[in-house]
Amino acid sequence: MYKILSKRLIAPKEYDIWVEAPRVARNGKAGQFVVLRTSEKGERIPLTVADYDREGGRIRIIFQVVGKTTMAMSRLDVGDSLHDVLGPLGNPSEIENLGTVLMVGGGVGIAALYPILKELKKAGNKVITILGGRTSELVILKEECAACSDELLVTTDDGSEGIRGVVTDAMQILAERGEKIARAWIIGPTIMMKFAALKAKELGIPCWVSLNPIMVDGTGMCGCCRVTVNDEIRFACVDGPEFDGWGVNWNEFMNRMGQYKDEEKISLEKFQSEVGE
Amino acid sequence: MAQKITPKKTPIAEQDPIVRGKNFDEVCLGYSLEEARLEAARCLQCKTAPCIGGCPVAINIPGFIKALADGDLPKAWEVLSDATALPAVCGRVCPQETQCEGVCTVGKIKGKEPVAIGKLERFVADWKAAQPEEPVTPPAQDKGKVAVIGSGPAGLTVAGDLAKMGYKVTVFEALHEPGGVLMYGIPEFRLPKEIVRREIGNIRKLGVDVEVNSVVGRTLSMEEIRSSFDAVFIGTGAGTPHFMRLPGTNLNGVFSASEYLTRINLMHAYQFPDYDTPTRKSKKVVVFGGGNVAMDAARSALRLGADEVTIVYRRSVEELPARIEEYHHAVEEGIVFNFLTNPVEYIGDEKGYLKAVRCIRMKLGEPDASGRRRPIPIEGSEFVIEADTAVEAIGQGSNKVLLNAFPELKLNRWGYIDADEKTGETNLPGVYAGGDIVTGAATVILAMGVGRDAARSIDAYIQGKKQA
Repeated sequence: MYKILSKRLIAPKEYDIWVEAPRVARNGKAGQFVVLRTSEKGERIPLTVADYDREGGRIRIIFQVVGKTTMAMSRLDVGDSLHDVLGPLGNPSEIENLGTVLMVGGGVGIAALYPILKELKKAGNKVITILGGRTSELVILKEECAACSDELLVTTDDGSEGIRGVVTDAMQILAERGEKIARAWIIGPTIMMKFAALKAKELGIPCWVSLNPIMVDGTGMCGCCRVTVNDEIRFACVDGPEFDGWGVNWNEFMNRMGQYKDEEKISLEKFQSEVGE
Repeated sequence: MAQKITPKKTPIAEQDPIVRGKNFDEVCLGYSLEEARLEAARCLQCKTAPCIGGCPVAINIPGFIKALADGDLPKAWEVLSDATALPAVCGRVCPQETQCEGVCTVGKIKGKEPVAIGKLERFVADWKAAQPEEPVTPPAQDKGKVAVIGSGPAGLTVAGDLAKMGYKVTVFEALHEPGGVLMYGIPEFRLPKEIVRREIGNIRKLGVDVEVNSVVGRTLSMEEIRSSFDAVFIGTGAGTPHFMRLPGTNLNGVFSASEYLTRINLMHAYQFPDYDTPTRKSKKVVVFGGGNVAMDAARSALRLGADEVTIVYRRSVEELPARIEEYHHAVEEGIVFNFLTNPVEYIGDEKGYLKAVRCIRMKLGEPDASGRRRPIPIEGSEFVIEADTAVEAIGQGSNKVLLNAFPELKLNRWGYIDADEKTGETNLPGVYAGGDIVTGAATVILAMGVGRDAARSIDAYIQGKKQA
């Protein structure tokens, strides 16, 4: 079970894999995630599912190597298996025809944005997409997102592609030209989500953000993933992962994301010395 | 039997408190054969056998003790395993003092302690595990198919009993390892995980299939399950932690007991970095609550190397819901108890880490709905306890993942499944439920008792349907 069926390096340290997981493929929807482990002694980490192949019984996961577990994943080859894959978890995105929707993605978060964008397009929305990254090669899934978008804007910090700047600059451009946007989805690095959500609020656009905090079980059992949204404590695993971007307590969220920094470093360094990387 | 009964239970070896405070090995070391037979001889073999009635799964207690006293261990095992699929577990974690041992005739004699039934049960189960494995021929499984959701004590009991009756049983477990609270909740030093795995292995040998990584309501729908099985038992446990919702709850260092213990037990955080999952390195730990879970969290914190561990409980020692043995063990190990105290606020530093808890002293007023005297805050008695880690062990509510995906199922006013206490029947034909998802947080053995009853009613339901 959970065999890796294909593997592709799509950007520096970013991999695109398809994994055998028939039940997740059959029941999963856009916006949901899985919790996986790479080995018997491994940590349980949440990753968003980027695509489902129901007939083929496969799910697509796009991940960036940031710690021990993702590094271990990057070292698996086609034919190897993940130890555990649990899902689909979390609530699916609310897909309906809202008129014009704005899809804002950054970094590896674009992988989480893509399935939602695809469904929103199918539901008849006019889809405007902004994808941002430090540099051109880090802006992933451009063609796939473009194929399901009425308009695609790319921003890069270094100006190597599209607009030189960050996603909020592109949001400003859309606002200035008078685009009427019913709702936005913003998924990416925390700092990007924070500023894009603030920008959305400034522009009066309601928005969903997809939160990916540290989790243990992923089924509402432990409360590790709790976040504060509109002054209420919510569990990202069962109440989310999408929340009202205007209401997220971002500073608290970032503090909680960092609570095992030292241990994450120890774990990664130990693994690197073991595998000689 | 004209015998002289020693007033006290035969003493049992335990790890020294100072030594065990630094390791996760089991505290209680168990009886030797001689000690066990000596203790078994304290049983009067009284005709009324109130102990059997005191046991939620009605083990023939005098029967297995008689065989043990006679030195016939295979017979003792046979009697025991006839009634319970988890004897090594129950011998360790049952609250015997309020069940079998609480009603023991010997214990009713002035100046005498009851027979150490739990320790004897554990002895027989551990003896069996040390014997060479016998090939088990699984019973024929042609009477029907049953799905069991959740692999904790309730689900495992239903699965084991139905397999013995001749059903094909599939157990669906959300986590990566079966056992439920036995794996993620109860620490290694009270219940070694090898023992849980062994007892689950015995249930698997009866032909029960266990599918891990399967959240019913997400991975599979209830409709898929109901259409492929003759009946379903839901035993998903009391699964979502309550927080007191004090200011500062989301500071780094504040945990639910469920998270704290799951990291340590299921994920082996005490063996980090050999295992990947860490937990917080704590110096000063405060645990809120007075139940077994609070004791487990506090004693685990101590073993992880904390300098000072305090249990804060809003009532007094008399109302402590924890088993007396667990309380004594905690005291021996140096856990500090702060009774008649309640937290009011978590205080953090500028980086979002917990540094202290503001508490208030309580006094006891009139009895409340639970029959216990209600704690009332004493005005102006606030004080601060320094702490870098706080663990809330104040109970759980029902986990909504399955319930939300299955709205036809009737719930009670507390949000748990509305099921018949005796039979496990719900409002839907062929759907049964039991354990904490029906009663709210209770004990391993109560969940097992309900499991036994539910297995019988599931059998009757399926056979009745076939005849109809």
